[in-house]
Amino acid sequence: MSTMAVDDVAVAPVNEGFWTRARKAGLVLTALGLLAVLLFTTLAASEPARFTLSEDAGGAALKINGTVGAALFGVVALAAGVAILAGLPKRWFTLVLGVGLVGFVVSFLCWQVSTAPAGQNFMPLVNIARGTFILALPLIFGSLAGVLCERSGVINVAIEGQLLMGAFSGALFGSLSGNLWVGLVAAAIGGTLISLLLAVFAIRYLVDQVVMGIVLNLLAVGITGFLYERLMQPDPAKYNSAPHFSNWEIPLLSEIPVLGPALFAGNIFLYLGLLLVLVIHIGLFRTRWGLRTRSVGEHPTAADTLGVRVLRLRYRNVLLAGAVAGIGGASYTLALFSFTKNMIGGKGFIALAALIFGRWSPTGALLAALFFGFADQLATYLSAINSAIPSQFLAMLPYLATILAVAGLVGRVRAPAADGKPYIKG
Amino acid sequence: MTNAESGSPDKEPATTDQAARTTLDNTERAEPTSQQPPERPALGQLFVANLWAANTFTVTLLSLVLAMIVGGILMIVSDPDVLATYSYITARPGDALNASWALVSEAYANLFKGAVLDPDAVGLTAALSPISETLTYTAPLVFTGLSVALAFRGGLFNIGAQGQATMGVIAAGLAGFLLPLPAGLHLLVAVFAGAVGGAVWGFIPGILKARTGAHEVINTIMLNYVAVYFLVWLIVQNGVQDPNRTNAISRPVDASAQLPRLFGDNLRAHAGIILAVLATWAVAWLLNRSTLGFELRAVGSNPAASRTAGISVTRTYVLIMVFAGALAGLGGSQMVLGTTAAALTPLVVAQIGFDGILVALLGRVKPWGVLLAALLFGALQAGGNRMQSYSGVSLELVTVLQALIVIFIAAPALVKAIFQLRAARAARPQTSLAKGW
Repeated sequence: MSTMAVDDVAVAPVNEGFWTRARKAGLVLTALGLLAVLLFTTLAASEPARFTLSEDAGGAALKINGTVGAALFGVVALAAGVAILAGLPKRWFTLVLGVGLVGFVVSFLCWQVSTAPAGQNFMPLVNIARGTFILALPLIFGSLAGVLCERSGVINVAIEGQLLMGAFSGALFGSLSGNLWVGLVAAAIGGTLISLLLAVFAIRYLVDQVVMGIVLNLLAVGITGFLYERLMQPDPAKYNSAPHFSNWEIPLLSEIPVLGPALFAGNIFLYLGLLLVLVIHIGLFRTRWGLRTRSVGEHPTAADTLGVRVLRLRYRNVLLAGAVAGIGGASYTLALFSFTKNMIGGKGFIALAALIFGRWSPTGALLAALFFGFADQLATYLSAINSAIPSQFLAMLPYLATILAVAGLVGRVRAPAADGKPYIKG
Repeated sequence: MTNAESGSPDKEPATTDQAARTTLDNTERAEPTSQQPPERPALGQLFVANLWAANTFTVTLLSLVLAMIVGGILMIVSDPDVLATYSYITARPGDALNASWALVSEAYANLFKGAVLDPDAVGLTAALSPISETLTYTAPLVFTGLSVALAFRGGLFNIGAQGQATMGVIAAGLAGFLLPLPAGLHLLVAVFAGAVGGAVWGFIPGILKARTGAHEVINTIMLNYVAVYFLVWLIVQNGVQDPNRTNAISRPVDASAQLPRLFGDNLRAHAGIILAVLATWAVAWLLNRSTLGFELRAVGSNPAASRTAGISVTRTYVLIMVFAGALAGLGGSQMVLGTTAAALTPLVVAQIGFDGILVALLGRVKPWGVLLAALLFGALQAGGNRMQSYSGVSLELVTVLQALIVIFIAAPALVKAIFQLRAARAARPQTSLAKGW
């Protein structure tokens, strides 16, 4: 169902006069620019703000005076906003909007870094970049799982449960066998089990998919929590000490400043995640399977008429999605931590937000996941430098951004037409 | 017009055809006596026949049984001692069966004793204790369940009961320890504040849905998390945080703003359950007797037809969400004004919003059904506490049971197939409320 002019909602006819969508976005950006120029600049200290290209204060750095930086980049945001307001050609819109938003963020950072306590007024870009990718990983896997499901017309609110089940079975079977790969496969199967329930109930028994997703999340929380307390807590050495994948450095590429250590010195999950984005993107838009998946998600009756087996394709995609999300869950328990109760803690819902914010496309989901990961990492950084900005407000950012996106402020967000509607042959 | 075409069993019928079907269904459920076929079989026969038909009551009961079976299996596979007896099951099957039975029956017996009645209890207080616990857990669930059910009837899926309850608990808590008011008035103001807090949080997705068509499922999910982070931030602010504590906990609510206890100071049941019954009655009246309720059900069954008939769909959507939010907010307020907790903490709302979704589904989105469903969930929760402390079976099992019950409820066809039930006479269409983003 389209989230724009939904025909079952009495929306006033969209007045595409002067206030087009682009102009509204421009207005918001102009307001942000003004905020940056007026507020951030006044609050910023006239101290150097250093953005180091390393993990600590040392090494090469980009340096700028806090006040100057906040003002300069604020003006960039303001100018971009005004340009869009003035009626920019459509093809420039995305680029200028992007530049404006980056300007706003950098202006904000100049203010924050320059007012940090003495000795801490630097921002280690390597740390930030690496943290962004690490925090975005479960979101990437989760939102890809969402893409696979929803593109074929099955709403996946159970991402949280799939991640959690993956994390749990990865940890359990990883430690029982002592083998990483067994853990990885078990994680994929764990996620698939939740998916299987979703598929059977949504496709075979026509249960509402959102309802099913919510219930499955609770089921996953319950089962993993129950088994955690019965098995893992009493005997962590046997049940909850899975080996961890180590980081694999790719020679040469990992030498690239800032992005190298973040992108090419990660663990298997990082590479797998990025590879999956590429594979699913190509698969969805360049292969027969992708064409069929999309057609089943948009107009199953038409696809059926042309000989596509709608239900079988939906089953297959939903199960695949579970495997992807399950591996995403293992990116916690087979690389970073041991399993704890409810350890996904809402990441599945941020992944859902990333899916929607990324407009149901793999690359969009990746960008949204990285944006949310960055916001998360920034919150950590800001609380480390005792910023006046409460970290909780930054943590709200992904959710607020999604609400704005769905309300139509940031471009058009449209779900696959048949998303969530069971298909009944006949 | 997706919601119109799925002949939802739980929504009020829109067409005469469906109306007729539901009437049939209702008479059947009421009692077989009201049926007047020419050659009437004996009442007892009819009763037995209906008992094994796939009607609401039977399906609910069998779902409970199925969920408890799965729960029992989970207990067995997670108990190393019992599992060990299965390694020689071919040699001595009795061992395995006895050990399993002992484990599961003892756990479920404790569940029952903690929720309903403990035969070994001595004295009135001890005898009333399980019921009191059950009612304590039931009260907030009734409100969140009603919140979800009310929105459902209007064609909206309110996943935001959790967030609305969070805003409710914040508003009620703040009113409870910041306002210096006399007893009685203070309680009223605090309860009202909770309702307003929830209503505001319900208004946002309502107005967004009405104005921009933004899907309420997405927005309410997102607002749940915004509310939680707001709560976490608020607790540690000056004037809110308990000055004597360093951890995240607010000042306690004044005694003048706390709901009175029902059975004396030693039992936790409080007046919230009375409010819950009143709220159930009010929602039932609103849905079935008021103009707004009629409009709400009309919009829920077919927005386009309602608009043609002159009902303002946008206004109805906003009102539905405001009412749903207020109900959830009332539920939230009980978490801090009742006996569960007296101060705000990050986890003060527990899971009541998400549980409310399950309660609403289990109650077939009907007000009195919600009340009964909340009672069952409250009983499971109360019994689960005893099961955890007496049998060492983790409380998480209750979450599993609750989720499983609702899964089985949601797919009556599955339960029917497992138990080989006859189709109920007024067989309902199997389609549910599926309607997409």
